[in-house]
Amino acid sequence: MWSFFHKLGSPPWLYGISGSILRWLLPLTLLALVAGMVWGLLFTAPDFRQGNSYRIIYIHVPAAVVALAGYYVMALAGAVNLIWKMKMADVAMKAAAPIGAALTFIALLTGAIWGKPTWGTWWVWDARITSMLILLFLYLGVVALYEAFDNKEAAGKACAVLSLVGMVNIPIIYKSVDWWYSLHQPASIKFTGESTIDPSMLYPLLLMITAFYALFTCCLLMNMRAELLRRESRTNWVRKLAQGAGRG
Amino acid sequence: MYFQSLNELLHMDGHGAFVWTAYIITIAVIAVILVAPLRRQRGFLRQLAGELRRQQGDASSPGDN
Repeated sequence: MWSFFHKLGSPPWLYGISGSILRWLLPLTLLALVAGMVWGLLFTAPDFRQGNSYRIIYIHVPAAVVALAGYYVMALAGAVNLIWKMKMADVAMKAAAPIGAALTFIALLTGAIWGKPTWGTWWVWDARITSMLILLFLYLGVVALYEAFDNKEAAGKACAVLSLVGMVNIPIIYKSVDWWYSLHQPASIKFTGESTIDPSMLYPLLLMITAFYALFTCCLLMNMRAELLRRESRTNWVRKLAQGAGRG
Repeated sequence: MYFQSLNELLHMDGHGAFVWTAYIITIAVIAVILVAPLRRQRGFLRQLAGELRRQQGDASSPGDN
């Protein structure tokens, strides 16, 4: 167990293992994304109330779900860095922020496009949408704050504190559709009780949610690898890699 | 397949413009977040390789590894 944590702190080990994970996870992710999109766009019946516009659900919901999950990853990595000063946690936190921002952007944008034919408006300042916008600003805030510091150790600490404080927004996003009267529909998939979505629509949606989780993992690992090389540029293993890449 | 023709698929009873725009932008964003780290990594390795070559070529300042 401890040897695992010890290895986790070793950049060349992490670089190697993430490379071998990506070799199979990345193609699988792309396959799942394409399959899910084709399934949702071509092989499901339209919603009886919303018509074909509901097909946006297959990207909107997965993006939003993983944008929230990604925030946990970022804040948790920040906390680990603060408490145990694990450098790899700092790398993970920095890597998670831009992906989370991109996913939140997708959720907001597809939501706006879905809102136009369904609600008759691109945007409403309701609780769910506003709290998601705050999530986007939190992600962008972490990215910007990291760049603002010359001392990267201080940057890591400041970003960890920012992301931990921002955690307060997460339950607000989850509960916003229940706490406030809103245009946004409540969750269709429930862990407890019956889901209010037909299985023919549920399965492609679950596939897309899985695909987006895998996408987040792939991007996280790839961002971490790029960051690891930058931080370790003076070490022998990175120099050997660079010489190999220079020849190729 | 639900749609009878390509035209129907593109039009989606008037919702086509919304649905396709949403999907195209999403695919573009996904492409960016997948390609950006790979480009960054490749660019960094190439730059470092160049620096190392220069260091090795220059006999007056040997590499510090």
